[in-house]
Amino acid sequence: MLATGLIYNMAGVALFALGLRAAVLHRALLGRVLAINVCGAGVFMVFVALAYQGPGQVADAVPHALVLTGIVVAVSATALALALGRSLRESGDE
Amino acid sequence: MLAYLWNLLDLVLASLVVALGWAAVASTDLRRGVVLFIAFGLLLAIIWARLNAPDLALAEAAIGAGLSGALLLAALRDEPATVDDIAYKQGPVSWATGLLSLVVGGAFAWALLHAHSAADPMRLADQVSTHLEQSGVSNPVTAVLLNYRAYDTLLELAVLLAAVLGIIAVGQARPAYRPAGPLFGALVGWLVPLLIVTGGYLLWVGAHAPGGAFQAGALLAGAAVMLRLGGNPGAGLPSAVTQRWLLVSGVGVFIAVGLIVTVDGHAFLQYPHNGSGMLILLIESAATLAIATTLALAYIGGTAPVGQDVAPGEEFKNQGLSD
Repeated sequence: MLATGLIYNMAGVALFALGLRAAVLHRALLGRVLAINVCGAGVFMVFVALAYQGPGQVADAVPHALVLTGIVVAVSATALALALGRSLRESGDE
Repeated sequence: MLAYLWNLLDLVLASLVVALGWAAVASTDLRRGVVLFIAFGLLLAIIWARLNAPDLALAEAAIGAGLSGALLLAALRDEPATVDDIAYKQGPVSWATGLLSLVVGGAFAWALLHAHSAADPMRLADQVSTHLEQSGVSNPVTAVLLNYRAYDTLLELAVLLAAVLGIIAVGQARPAYRPAGPLFGALVGWLVPLLIVTGGYLLWVGAHAPGGAFQAGALLAGAAVMLRLGGNPGAGLPSAVTQRWLLVSGVGVFIAVGLIVTVDGHAFLQYPHNGSGMLILLIESAATLAIATTLALAYIGGTAPVGQDVAPGEEFKNQGLSD
């Protein structure tokens, strides 16, 4: 099997695991959101590495489409989380 | 020989991305973490290009690195400026979580290794390439997004709409930035038209080459972010009512097209063979506008204050708010 795919698969798993740990352990909301984004990037990397079919070959488009929607959903979820955190802090200050 | 060199490059890129990800989440200074995260996103874009995924590389560079970074930096501005020495939880919970992450990661890695050793995996890629001619576009990623799996994309646009409704519901717009100096103003004057033209190009070219609604929408939103950083509080968005229409246009046009084709005896979202290219372009154009408005409003953090252009004497009030 392709060494390239394997290397990026393992990197994706590593990112997922370290993002997961940091998401639980971070105290600040912003730090958690950042960690969840790293975690998601790891999952995306696993998908894209599985889609890779070798040099000169056209990669599998189905995982690519999934990751593309995933990137956009991730950024909108991040924005929602940050907006919720901001309103939480503002209501806590009063 | 060449293959070994490529694998060496892969190893370097993979270790670099893991190290950057680690540094971004492990940093006790959030500002530092956010900047590292932006670098992490750019490196991801390079990796997507290496893995023959140019569509993703474009989207990641514009969204993952650009817009996410801008969002997190804007959120940092709200954050009280205290550097917490103990940003991480300590003690037994830290050990337990570390162990748990190792176990989950190990199981994940084991499953992937297992999948890799499978001899001849069944792939949907063959199906995609076999029917590509009937899809109306020749970029396989666009074909999957807008034709084969149009339901997914429709619901994904609905998710975006739900997220932006949540943002509008809970948040007031963040305070505006003070008007930029002449140097940055000139840069904005050059970059914004360029971003808009490039966005239009990406939307059009998405039918047969890397590009499409998501990348185009992200670029337009990038133009809005630049305008806002340059001191335009409304980020160049139209009036509040028009904004609402733009937000729902993505889902609205998608559903309308899906319903109109049923008149002709097709199933919901099953395009007729001739003319599917046109329908896809129509849906993508509406989706581009919707995505751009959504991301721009997400950056502003609420409904954009339109028509409140800063009068010359009021600059200093805003300056007080922004710093």
